[in-house]
Amino acid sequence: MAVKHIYETVIGLEVHAQLLTKSKLFCGDAIAYGAAPNTHVSPITLAHPGTLPKMNKKAIEFAVKMGLACHCEIEKNNYFARKNYFYPDLPKGYQISQHTTPVCKGGYISIKVNGTERKIRLNRIHMEEDAGKSIHDADDASTCIDLNRAGTPLIEIVSEPDLRSADETYAYLTELRKLLRYLDVCDGNMEEGSLRCDVNISVRREGETRLGTKVEIKNLNSIRNAKRAVEVESKRLVDMIERGETIIQQTRSFDADRSVTIAIRDKEDADDYRYFADPDLTPFLLEDEFIDRIRQSIPALQEERIKKYTGQWQLSEYDSQVLTEEKEIADYFEAIVQHTSNYKAASNWMTGPVRSWLNENNKEIDAFPLSAQKVAELIQLVESGKLSFSSASSRLLPYLIQHPSAQPELAAIEQNLIQQSDASSLEPLIDEVLTKYAEKVQEYKKGKKGVLSLFVGEVMKRSKGKADPKVTNELLLEKLKA
Amino acid sequence: MVEKLAHLARLKFNEEEKQEIKSDLQRMISFVEKLNELNLDGVEPLLHLSDEVNVLREDEIKGSVSREEALKNAPLHDGEFIKVPKVIKK
Amino acid sequence: MFEFSSIEQYHQSLQEGNITCAEAVAHYLEQIKKTGRLNAFIEVYEEEALQKARELDNQRRQARPLGKLHGVVIGIKDVLCHKDHLLTASSKILEGFTSIYSATAIERLLTEDAIIIGRLNCDEFAMGSTNENSAYGKVLNALDETRIPGGSSGGSAVAVQAGLCMVSLGSDTGGSVRQPADLCGIVGLKPTYGRISRYGLIAYASSFDQIGIFSKNIPDAALLLEVMAGADDFDSTVSERPVEQYSSSLTENKKYRIAFFNEALDHPSLDPEISKAMKGTLEDLRQKGHNVQPVEFDLLEYIVPAYYVLTTAEASSNLSRYDGIKYGYRTPVATDGLTEFYKETRSKGFGKEVRRRIMLGTFVLSSGYYDAYFTRAQKVRKLLYEKIKLIFNQFDFIFLPTTPAIAFRIGEKMTDPISMYLADIYTVMANLAGIPAISVPLYTHSSGMPFGLQVLSGRFNELSLLRVSNKLMEQYPKQK
Repeated sequence: MAVKHIYETVIGLEVHAQLLTKSKLFCGDAIAYGAAPNTHVSPITLAHPGTLPKMNKKAIEFAVKMGLACHCEIEKNNYFARKNYFYPDLPKGYQISQHTTPVCKGGYISIKVNGTERKIRLNRIHMEEDAGKSIHDADDASTCIDLNRAGTPLIEIVSEPDLRSADETYAYLTELRKLLRYLDVCDGNMEEGSLRCDVNISVRREGETRLGTKVEIKNLNSIRNAKRAVEVESKRLVDMIERGETIIQQTRSFDADRSVTIAIRDKEDADDYRYFADPDLTPFLLEDEFIDRIRQSIPALQEERIKKYTGQWQLSEYDSQVLTEEKEIADYFEAIVQHTSNYKAASNWMTGPVRSWLNENNKEIDAFPLSAQKVAELIQLVESGKLSFSSASSRLLPYLIQHPSAQPELAAIEQNLIQQSDASSLEPLIDEVLTKYAEKVQEYKKGKKGVLSLFVGEVMKRSKGKADPKVTNELLLEKLKA
Repeated sequence: MVEKLAHLARLKFNEEEKQEIKSDLQRMISFVEKLNELNLDGVEPLLHLSDEVNVLREDEIKGSVSREEALKNAPLHDGEFIKVPKVIKK
Repeated sequence: MFEFSSIEQYHQSLQEGNITCAEAVAHYLEQIKKTGRLNAFIEVYEEEALQKARELDNQRRQARPLGKLHGVVIGIKDVLCHKDHLLTASSKILEGFTSIYSATAIERLLTEDAIIIGRLNCDEFAMGSTNENSAYGKVLNALDETRIPGGSSGGSAVAVQAGLCMVSLGSDTGGSVRQPADLCGIVGLKPTYGRISRYGLIAYASSFDQIGIFSKNIPDAALLLEVMAGADDFDSTVSERPVEQYSSSLTENKKYRIAFFNEALDHPSLDPEISKAMKGTLEDLRQKGHNVQPVEFDLLEYIVPAYYVLTTAEASSNLSRYDGIKYGYRTPVATDGLTEFYKETRSKGFGKEVRRRIMLGTFVLSSGYYDAYFTRAQKVRKLLYEKIKLIFNQFDFIFLPTTPAIAFRIGEKMTDPISMYLADIYTVMANLAGIPAISVPLYTHSSGMPFGLQVLSGRFNELSLLRVSNKLMEQYPKQK
């Protein structure tokens, strides 16, 4: 029987992220996803004769920001080069890129898979301009070219081939996307193409130190598909080796419907890009002061916040993780706890009623109608016993959303939601219930403690839901002792 | 080599032209070989002639033209897209 | 009969009411018609120019403020973008192309009320020294129609030479303004690299190109430079330095420090008459008390090869945008896929010399040869740059011939590209080092053809350059 070798999959990722600048990298056309074709173009984008590029300041700031957040070394002496090749969506016949002199080198992104933390090293992050869009299937005879996207600023984040599994690939892309969004550098939308991923994958026998022949899988449109592509391709490569076939370096694409990769082209005729420093642009030198300023502008990242939430505020690891997945959610949460120190309650509100509302209305937190302060007031009302959590979340909250200028406590009073928690108003109701359910009282005294909830329920009914269940419970217990 | 260079530059030459270009290139190459006579150890290549650095622009929206203007010179378009003969996928 | 001698004199005549802009334009239009065979103009904006002239005449009558170039009739080389006008770089590949914006330099001229009378013929994509490489046919030297006018800005030179406009614009990458100025007997100025914005100048070699000026006299060139020069939002390589008032301070009585190269004046390819004339001038200046010294210059043999490596490399990239997709000529032949489409379009659209240079440029950038050619040439450029800087630490000017010979016969040099390239030996230096240079029409050859003296100065020292040129033209007026 043939011995099955153990194989190791080696993966490196090249991720292109579109920067959230207002205008393009080398000219003032607006960035606009989904706009009508060829409506965000200028003579510069169209590569008209005589046009020249000029660098967008903001794009550089964003690239450096991402580099610092990934612990990269920032290159001080930078310039752009021309990458020469011909394609219809590349108007100049060259792409202006920093491929040869990246602004950020080294660095890493930490991922956690099955409880194990790993640092995935980065090779570089560099800036370049995006190409336009070629649409091949709209017309039989022609390819349609839309140059709106041509010139959009991108950063290319290249990892070392440190990833070893589909799960790690998934984790890495998730972390990367989260970081980009945290920094407001990219919105990370893979479906819309503002985040694109190419996978470089090879397999080798475990223990082997040389890398196997690598295959490139391009243009994956979701993190999940990237993961699946890795699974599918690593199996395909292993099968090829087992069958004694030679793996050739090639570019493939992933067919998500059929779960297979398909060859697009062989890498044999690798293009000679003839890179040279672009003479139309000046070098850009980054001073320490500039880099520090960018460093200061980086918000607290997830890791730091989790430490704070678990350490200072005693929230669970799980809750902290959930609250900090998105910076905007974390920021909102932190705004709530400026007005209350009931961190646990604030956490519950965020992950409960607030999250539900966002999901139901398909909105982001910046569209949530209530200020963080108002949510804090709701928490205080519940904390003080004036409101049950249930009334606060299912009755008062919707009311406040409908009436944005209303004050929580006043509204609660107006809406008759304030709990009855004083004994004098509750006792008559309790007496009523105990009288009515005398036989149940007997059962309770005989040991059937579950009947208590019936009594509480009945009191709640009679109070039209306003009875404070906790106080009701206590009073009932006292009465039943007698 | 002429074939490879022509392909990179997206040019084509017939047999006669190819011979001419080949000899032109050879003459030019011998001509520029003269540069090998110089000792250039320790000399940095001049990459940028202008002495300006950090020439940047603010992230502002300006300068776009109407689609009509943009497509005005396109040899083939349909009012929305520029059209090009199909890219043949191998 | 309208006679033009200088912009200043023209403005005076206008103010005195002796002539009108409309008359001036009508005069030039007629001259252009009469000299059609010279083929200097590709397109003449007859109606437009007359219309503009009439408007300006009105403006003057209403005593409204006048632009610095009020009514000045200018021709522009077919590489300068002029909004809503055809632009072809004298190439088939830009057939039918209408520019949708104007070059910054052109806008500045128009703002000062210049009248652009037409688009001037040139070598295709500014590649050539004879104006024999144009898709519109060759240009003839007005002084001897069997001879070349020089290139690549041949049309621009002839237009001023033959009195078809007052001043004209060309572009200078390796001598394309100075050389034709020399061969046609007029003034040709190439400013410092970065003095005038390149936005709207069709790029040939980005780190060499500059818009240049042709004129009959120095004050006119100075005025045009003043109007066009200065910072521009659209060009990253343009200088932020303030622009001096060149036109108002041309007189200077100073003793200059003038350098020359024996290697240049004794070069085997230099016509002995030219060498003698220049040596004569240098000696005369020395007699007049100027400090005239030879400087050792051992890089002469290397600068033309370095120039061709670097400019063809940059050009091969700059010309990639001409692909028949967004604008210009597209092959009508049905092609089998995209690659064929590109090859058909570009091979039929570009002329021979352009294709030749693209091939060489692609070669020197290609992997395996990059370091041996391209990087090496960049190092030679650095050496030259530093050497020139050193010279200008001690001298105000370098005096050189502009070109080794007078205008040769049409067709004479077509077969050997290398000998043509070698003729650039004195002009490429200024483009490699980015310094300003001017050809001053001082001499007449025994053949009857003119030739000039080339003066170079340090970066952004156009003021001194123009002053000394003015002095030279005053002190050595050409014998007709």
